Amino acid sequence: MFFLPEHRRHTEFWDGIRDQGSVAMGIAAWGLMTGVAMVQSGLSVLEALLMTLIVYAGSAQLAAVPMIAAGAPLWVILAAAFCVNLRFVVFSAHLRPYLMHLPRWQRLATGYVTGDLSYVFFARRYPHPGRTAAELSQQQAYLAGNCAVNYLAWMSASVTGIALANAIPTAWGLGFAGILALLGVLSSLASSPLRIVSAGVAGAAAVAAWALPLKLNILVAIACAVALCLLLEKTPPFRHGEGRGHA
Amino acid sequence: MLELDPWTLLTIVLMGVVTVITRGFFFISSKPWTLPHWAQRGLQYAPIAALAAVVIPEVVTTQGTLVSTWQDARLFAAAAGVAWFVWQRSVLGTIVAGMAVYLPLHIGLGW
Repeated sequence: MFFLPEHRRHTEFWDGIRDQGSVAMGIAAWGLMTGVAMVQSGLSVLEALLMTLIVYAGSAQLAAVPMIAAGAPLWVILAAAFCVNLRFVVFSAHLRPYLMHLPRWQRLATGYVTGDLSYVFFARRYPHPGRTAAELSQQQAYLAGNCAVNYLAWMSASVTGIALANAIPTAWGLGFAGILALLGVLSSLASSPLRIVSAGVAGAAAVAAWALPLKLNILVAIACAVALCLLLEKTPPFRHGEGRGHA
Repeated sequence: MLELDPWTLLTIVLMGVVTVITRGFFFISSKPWTLPHWAQRGLQYAPIAALAAVVIPEVVTTQGTLVSTWQDARLFAAAAGVAWFVWQRSVLGTIVAGMAVYLPLHIGLGW
Protein backbone atom coordinates (compact mmCIF):
# COMPACT_ATOMS: atom_id res chain seq x y z
CA MET A 1 0.00 0.00 0.00
CA PHE A 2 1.32 3.37 -1.01
CA PHE A 3 1.26 5.21 2.29
CA LEU A 4 2.62 2.49 4.61
CA PRO A 5 5.80 3.63 6.40
CA GLU A 6 7.52 0.24 5.81
CA HIS A 7 8.02 1.15 2.15
CA ARG A 8 10.41 3.92 3.10
CA ARG A 9 12.88 1.41 4.49
CA HIS A 10 13.52 0.05 1.00
CA THR A 11 15.93 1.87 -1.32
CA GLU A 12 13.48 1.00 -4.11
CA PHE A 13 11.01 3.52 -2.63
CA TRP A 14 13.53 6.31 -3.19
CA ASP A 15 14.33 4.97 -6.68
CA GLY A 16 10.62 5.28 -7.43
CA ILE A 17 10.58 8.86 -6.10
CA ARG A 18 13.58 9.70 -8.31
CA ASP A 19 12.18 8.09 -11.48
CA GLN A 20 8.74 9.68 -11.16
CA GLY A 21 10.43 12.94 -10.13
CA SER A 22 11.92 13.12 -13.62
CA VAL A 23 8.42 13.65 -15.04
CA ALA A 24 6.82 15.46 -12.08
CA MET A 25 7.11 18.83 -13.81
CA GLY A 26 5.17 17.60 -16.83
CA ILE A 27 2.53 15.96 -14.62
CA ALA A 28 2.20 19.18 -12.64
CA ALA A 29 1.79 21.30 -15.79
CA TRP A 30 -0.88 18.90 -16.98
CA GLY A 31 -2.63 18.92 -13.58
CA LEU A 32 -2.51 22.72 -13.54
CA MET A 33 -4.21 22.98 -16.91
CA THR A 34 -6.77 20.30 -15.97
CA GLY A 35 -7.66 22.37 -12.90
CA VAL A 36 -7.97 25.52 -15.01
CA ALA A 37 -10.02 23.73 -17.68
CA MET A 38 -12.51 22.22 -15.22
CA VAL A 39 -13.46 25.64 -13.84
CA GLN A 40 -13.41 27.33 -17.25
CA SER A 41 -15.72 24.62 -18.65
CA GLY A 42 -18.43 25.25 -16.10
CA LEU A 43 -17.82 23.54 -12.74
CA SER A 44 -17.87 25.65 -9.57
CA VAL A 45 -14.62 25.86 -7.59
CA LEU A 46 -16.01 23.47 -4.97
CA GLU A 47 -17.19 20.97 -7.57
CA ALA A 48 -13.83 21.09 -9.37
CA LEU A 49 -11.98 20.50 -6.06
CA LEU A 50 -14.18 17.52 -5.22
CA MET A 51 -13.72 16.07 -8.70
CA THR A 52 -9.94 16.38 -8.47
CA LEU A 53 -9.81 14.82 -5.00
CA ILE A 54 -12.26 11.98 -5.70
CA VAL A 55 -11.87 11.01 -9.36
CA TYR A 56 -8.06 11.34 -9.75
CA ALA A 57 -8.08 10.52 -13.48
CA GLY A 58 -7.23 13.54 -15.63
CA SER A 59 -8.40 12.41 -19.04
CA ALA A 60 -11.71 11.07 -17.68
CA GLN A 61 -12.26 14.38 -15.84
CA LEU A 62 -11.59 16.42 -18.98
CA ALA A 63 -13.96 14.20 -20.95
CA ALA A 64 -16.73 14.42 -18.33
CA VAL A 65 -16.78 18.14 -17.52
CA PRO A 66 -18.27 19.36 -20.83
CA MET A 67 -20.85 16.54 -20.63
CA ILE A 68 -21.84 17.59 -17.09
CA ALA A 69 -22.09 21.20 -18.25
CA ALA A 70 -24.27 20.12 -21.19
CA GLY A 71 -26.60 18.13 -18.90
CA ALA A 72 -25.80 14.70 -20.38
CA PRO A 73 -27.47 11.67 -18.73
CA LEU A 74 -25.54 10.19 -15.80
CA TRP A 75 -25.05 6.77 -17.42
CA VAL A 76 -23.59 8.33 -20.56
CA ILE A 77 -21.04 10.28 -18.49
CA LEU A 78 -20.10 7.16 -16.51
CA ALA A 79 -19.81 5.05 -19.68
CA ALA A 80 -17.54 7.68 -21.21
CA ALA A 81 -15.36 7.77 -18.08
CA PHE A 82 -15.18 3.97 -18.13
CA CYS A 83 -14.10 3.89 -21.78
CA VAL A 84 -11.49 6.61 -21.32
CA ASN A 85 -10.15 4.54 -18.40
CA LEU A 86 -10.23 1.18 -20.20
CA ARG A 87 -6.46 1.19 -20.60
CA PHE A 88 -6.25 0.86 -16.80
CA VAL A 89 -8.15 -2.43 -17.08
CA VAL A 90 -5.31 -3.67 -19.29
CA PHE A 91 -2.76 -2.39 -16.76
CA SER A 92 -4.57 -4.15 -13.90
CA ALA A 93 -4.41 -7.48 -15.77
CA HIS A 94 -0.65 -6.96 -16.02
CA LEU A 95 -0.18 -5.91 -12.38
CA ARG A 96 -2.33 -8.70 -10.91
CA PRO A 97 0.49 -11.20 -10.18
CA TYR A 98 2.54 -8.43 -8.51
CA LEU A 99 -0.26 -7.55 -6.08
CA MET A 100 -2.32 -10.67 -5.38
CA HIS A 101 -0.47 -11.42 -2.13
CA LEU A 102 -2.10 -8.31 -0.62
CA PRO A 103 -5.59 -8.13 0.94
CA ARG A 104 -8.28 -6.93 -1.46
CA TRP A 105 -8.70 -3.42 -0.07
CA GLN A 106 -4.94 -2.82 -0.37
CA ARG A 107 -4.97 -4.08 -3.97
CA LEU A 108 -7.84 -1.74 -4.84
CA ALA A 109 -6.21 1.21 -3.08
CA THR A 110 -2.93 0.53 -4.88
CA GLY A 111 -4.76 0.34 -8.20
CA TYR A 112 -6.62 3.57 -7.46
CA VAL A 113 -3.40 5.59 -7.08
CA THR A 114 -1.53 3.96 -9.99
CA GLY A 115 -1.74 6.31 -12.97
CA ASP A 116 -0.30 5.87 -16.47
CA LEU A 117 3.27 6.86 -15.76
CA SER A 118 3.55 5.01 -12.44
CA TYR A 119 2.42 1.85 -14.24
CA VAL A 120 4.82 2.39 -17.13
CA PHE A 121 7.84 2.99 -14.90
CA PHE A 122 6.93 -0.05 -12.81
CA ALA A 123 6.48 -2.33 -15.84
CA ARG A 124 9.77 -1.06 -17.28
CA ARG A 125 11.74 -1.80 -14.12
CA TYR A 126 10.12 -5.11 -13.17
CA PRO A 127 9.41 -7.34 -16.19
CA HIS A 128 8.56 -10.24 -13.84
CA PRO A 129 6.78 -10.45 -10.48
CA GLY A 130 9.02 -11.10 -7.48
CA ARG A 131 9.44 -14.76 -6.50
CA THR A 132 9.93 -14.18 -2.78
CA ALA A 133 8.09 -12.06 -0.21
CA ALA A 134 11.14 -9.79 0.04
CA GLU A 135 11.24 -9.19 -3.73
CA LEU A 136 7.51 -8.50 -3.83
CA SER A 137 7.78 -5.94 -1.06
CA GLN A 138 10.70 -4.21 -2.83
CA GLN A 139 8.53 -3.97 -5.94
CA GLN A 140 5.66 -2.58 -3.83
CA ALA A 141 8.01 0.03 -2.40
CA TYR A 142 9.13 1.13 -5.87
CA LEU A 143 5.52 1.48 -7.01
CA ALA A 144 4.64 3.37 -3.83
CA GLY A 145 7.44 5.90 -4.43
CA ASN A 146 6.24 6.49 -7.97
CA CYS A 147 2.61 6.87 -6.92
CA ALA A 148 3.44 9.25 -4.07
CA VAL A 149 5.24 11.69 -6.38
CA ASN A 150 2.55 11.37 -9.04
CA TYR A 151 -0.22 12.02 -6.50
CA LEU A 152 1.43 15.01 -4.85
CA ALA A 153 2.51 16.64 -8.14
CA TRP A 154 -0.91 16.15 -9.71
CA MET A 155 -3.04 17.18 -6.72
CA SER A 156 -1.03 20.26 -5.73
CA ALA A 157 -0.90 21.52 -9.32
CA SER A 158 -4.57 20.76 -9.95
CA VAL A 159 -5.70 22.63 -6.82
CA THR A 160 -3.45 25.54 -7.81
CA GLY A 161 -5.00 25.50 -11.28
CA ILE A 162 -8.53 25.60 -9.83
CA ALA A 163 -7.56 28.54 -7.63
CA LEU A 164 -5.91 30.43 -10.50
CA ALA A 165 -8.47 29.41 -13.13
CA ASN A 166 -9.27 32.96 -14.07
CA ALA A 167 -5.66 34.18 -14.09
CA ILE A 168 -3.91 31.61 -16.35
CA PRO A 169 -4.93 31.89 -20.00
CA THR A 170 -5.36 28.41 -21.53
CA ALA A 171 -4.07 30.03 -24.75
CA TRP A 172 -0.54 29.80 -23.31
CA GLY A 173 -0.79 26.06 -23.83
CA LEU A 174 1.12 25.05 -20.69
CA GLY A 175 -0.74 21.74 -20.76
CA PHE A 176 1.49 20.67 -23.65
CA ALA A 177 4.18 19.94 -21.05
CA GLY A 178 2.07 16.94 -20.00
CA ILE A 179 2.14 15.61 -23.56
CA LEU A 180 5.91 16.11 -23.66
CA ALA A 181 6.24 14.12 -20.40
CA LEU A 182 4.33 11.24 -21.99
CA LEU A 183 6.45 11.58 -25.13
CA GLY A 184 9.65 11.29 -23.07
CA VAL A 185 8.40 8.14 -21.36
CA LEU A 186 7.29 6.77 -24.73
CA SER A 187 10.84 7.32 -26.05
CA SER A 188 12.29 5.49 -23.03
CA LEU A 189 10.10 2.46 -23.83
CA ALA A 190 11.23 2.28 -27.47
CA SER A 191 13.83 -0.35 -26.66
CA SER A 192 13.24 -2.81 -29.53
CA PRO A 193 12.29 -2.55 -33.22
CA LEU A 194 8.88 -4.14 -32.62
CA ARG A 195 8.09 -1.68 -29.86
CA ILE A 196 8.79 1.17 -32.26
CA VAL A 197 6.44 -0.52 -34.73
CA SER A 198 3.86 -0.75 -31.92
CA ALA A 199 4.12 2.99 -31.22
CA GLY A 200 3.89 3.92 -34.91
CA VAL A 201 0.89 1.70 -35.60
CA ALA A 202 -0.94 2.83 -32.46
CA GLY A 203 -0.32 6.50 -33.25
CA ALA A 204 -1.52 6.17 -36.83
CA ALA A 205 -4.55 4.10 -35.82
CA ALA A 206 -5.50 6.57 -33.08
CA VAL A 207 -5.48 9.41 -35.63
CA ALA A 208 -7.36 7.37 -38.25
CA ALA A 209 -10.04 6.24 -35.76
CA TRP A 210 -10.37 9.67 -34.12
CA ALA A 211 -14.04 9.97 -35.10
CA LEU A 212 -15.07 7.09 -32.80
CA PRO A 213 -17.04 8.28 -29.77
CA LEU A 214 -15.88 8.12 -26.14
CA LYS A 215 -12.16 8.10 -27.00
CA LEU A 216 -12.55 4.51 -28.20
CA ASN A 217 -9.90 5.33 -30.81
CA ILE A 218 -7.30 4.81 -28.07
CA LEU A 219 -8.46 1.25 -27.38
CA VAL A 220 -8.74 0.43 -31.09
CA ALA A 221 -5.20 1.72 -31.58
CA ILE A 222 -3.79 -0.39 -28.72
CA ALA A 223 -5.55 -3.50 -30.04
CA CYS A 224 -4.27 -2.97 -33.62
CA ALA A 225 -0.70 -2.32 -32.51
CA VAL A 226 -0.52 -5.29 -30.14
CA ALA A 227 -2.15 -7.68 -32.62
CA LEU A 228 0.20 -6.65 -35.42
CA CYS A 229 3.28 -7.01 -33.19
CA LEU A 230 2.18 -10.48 -32.06
CA LEU A 231 1.94 -11.48 -35.75
CA LEU A 232 5.27 -9.87 -36.65
CA GLU A 233 6.98 -11.67 -33.75
CA LYS A 234 6.54 -14.90 -35.68
CA THR A 235 8.14 -13.56 -38.88
CA PRO A 236 11.87 -13.90 -39.65
CA PRO A 237 13.27 -10.37 -39.34
CA PHE A 238 11.90 -9.98 -35.82
CA ARG A 239 12.08 -13.52 -34.51
CA HIS A 240 15.47 -13.24 -32.85
CA GLY A 241 16.22 -11.03 -29.91
CA GLU A 242 12.61 -10.16 -29.18
CA GLY A 243 11.88 -12.96 -26.75
CA ARG A 244 13.83 -11.53 -23.88
CA GLY A 245 12.20 -9.92 -21.00
CA HIS A 246 11.15 -6.31 -20.85
CA ALA A 247 7.46 -5.83 -20.40
CA MET B 1 -18.02 29.73 -6.62
CA LEU B 2 -18.95 27.30 -3.85
CA GLU B 3 -22.20 26.07 -5.41
CA LEU B 4 -22.64 22.31 -5.25
CA ASP B 5 -25.28 20.78 -7.45
CA PRO B 6 -26.40 17.46 -5.85
CA TRP B 7 -26.63 15.76 -9.25
CA THR B 8 -23.08 16.87 -10.10
CA LEU B 9 -21.89 15.61 -6.70
CA LEU B 10 -23.45 12.20 -7.41
CA THR B 11 -21.77 12.15 -10.83
CA ILE B 12 -18.39 12.96 -9.26
CA VAL B 13 -18.69 10.27 -6.59
CA LEU B 14 -19.72 7.63 -9.14
CA MET B 15 -16.83 8.68 -11.42
CA GLY B 16 -14.53 8.00 -8.44
CA VAL B 17 -16.07 4.52 -8.26
CA VAL B 18 -15.34 4.11 -11.99
CA THR B 19 -11.69 5.00 -11.32
CA VAL B 20 -11.45 2.35 -8.58
CA ILE B 21 -13.15 -0.31 -10.75
CA THR B 22 -11.08 0.31 -13.89
CA ARG B 23 -7.69 0.66 -12.15
CA GLY B 24 -8.39 -2.40 -10.00
CA PHE B 25 -10.49 -4.42 -12.44
CA PHE B 26 -8.47 -7.64 -12.19
CA PHE B 27 -7.69 -7.19 -8.49
CA ILE B 28 -11.32 -7.55 -7.41
CA SER B 29 -11.57 -11.33 -7.53
CA SER B 30 -9.18 -13.37 -5.35
CA LYS B 31 -9.55 -16.56 -7.43
CA PRO B 32 -6.37 -17.90 -9.05
CA TRP B 33 -6.25 -16.79 -12.65
CA THR B 34 -3.50 -16.18 -15.18
CA LEU B 35 -3.40 -14.46 -18.53
CA PRO B 36 -3.11 -16.69 -21.59
CA HIS B 37 0.38 -16.81 -23.09
CA TRP B 38 -0.40 -14.63 -26.11
CA ALA B 39 -1.80 -11.94 -23.83
CA GLN B 40 1.34 -12.00 -21.70
CA ARG B 41 3.40 -11.56 -24.87
CA GLY B 42 1.09 -8.75 -25.94
CA LEU B 43 1.82 -6.83 -22.75
CA GLN B 44 5.32 -6.24 -24.16
CA TYR B 45 3.77 -3.88 -26.64
CA ALA B 46 0.72 -2.48 -24.82
CA PRO B 47 2.29 0.30 -22.69
CA ILE B 48 4.07 2.02 -25.58
CA ALA B 49 0.97 1.59 -27.77
CA ALA B 50 -1.22 3.22 -25.11
CA LEU B 51 1.14 6.19 -24.79
CA ALA B 52 1.45 6.61 -28.58
CA ALA B 53 -2.35 6.45 -28.97
CA VAL B 54 -2.72 9.30 -26.46
CA VAL B 55 0.28 11.42 -27.49
CA ILE B 56 0.45 11.29 -31.29
CA PRO B 57 -3.07 12.65 -31.97
CA GLU B 58 -2.32 15.48 -29.49
CA VAL B 59 0.74 16.42 -31.54
CA VAL B 60 -0.39 16.00 -35.15
CA THR B 61 -4.15 16.77 -35.08
CA THR B 62 -6.43 19.63 -34.08
CA GLN B 63 -9.90 18.39 -33.08
CA GLY B 64 -9.25 15.19 -35.03
CA THR B 65 -8.06 16.83 -38.25
CA LEU B 66 -4.43 16.38 -39.31
CA VAL B 67 -2.45 19.62 -39.17
CA SER B 68 -2.15 21.09 -42.64
CA THR B 69 0.63 23.58 -41.97
CA TRP B 70 4.18 23.15 -40.73
CA GLN B 71 3.71 26.36 -38.74
CA ASP B 72 2.57 24.45 -35.67
CA ALA B 73 4.61 24.79 -32.48
CA ARG B 74 3.70 21.25 -31.35
CA LEU B 75 5.52 19.59 -34.27
CA PHE B 76 8.79 21.38 -33.56
CA ALA B 77 8.46 20.93 -29.79
CA ALA B 78 7.83 17.18 -30.13
CA ALA B 79 10.76 16.81 -32.54
CA ALA B 80 13.03 18.75 -30.17
CA GLY B 81 11.86 16.62 -27.22
CA VAL B 82 12.52 13.31 -28.99
CA ALA B 83 15.90 14.56 -30.27
CA TRP B 84 16.85 15.54 -26.73
CA PHE B 85 15.83 12.12 -25.44
CA VAL B 86 17.91 10.32 -28.09
CA TRP B 87 20.89 12.51 -27.15
CA GLN B 88 20.63 12.65 -23.35
CA ARG B 89 18.22 9.80 -22.33
CA SER B 90 16.43 12.17 -19.93
CA VAL B 91 12.65 12.48 -19.64
CA LEU B 92 12.91 15.75 -17.70
CA GLY B 93 15.19 17.12 -20.42
CA THR B 94 12.61 16.11 -23.01
CA ILE B 95 9.99 18.25 -21.27
CA VAL B 96 12.33 21.22 -20.82
CA ALA B 97 13.72 21.13 -24.38
CA GLY B 98 10.23 20.68 -25.83
CA MET B 99 8.76 23.59 -23.86
CA ALA B 100 11.80 25.77 -24.67
CA VAL B 101 10.87 25.33 -28.33
CA TYR B 102 7.11 25.37 -27.82
CA LEU B 103 6.55 28.52 -25.75
CA PRO B 104 8.42 31.03 -27.99
CA LEU B 105 6.79 29.64 -31.14
CA HIS B 106 3.31 29.38 -29.59
CA ILE B 107 3.15 32.60 -27.57
CA GLY B 108 5.68 34.61 -29.60
CA LEU B 109 4.72 33.69 -33.15
CA GLY B 110 1.22 32.41 -32.50
CA TRP B 111 1.87 29.01 -34.15
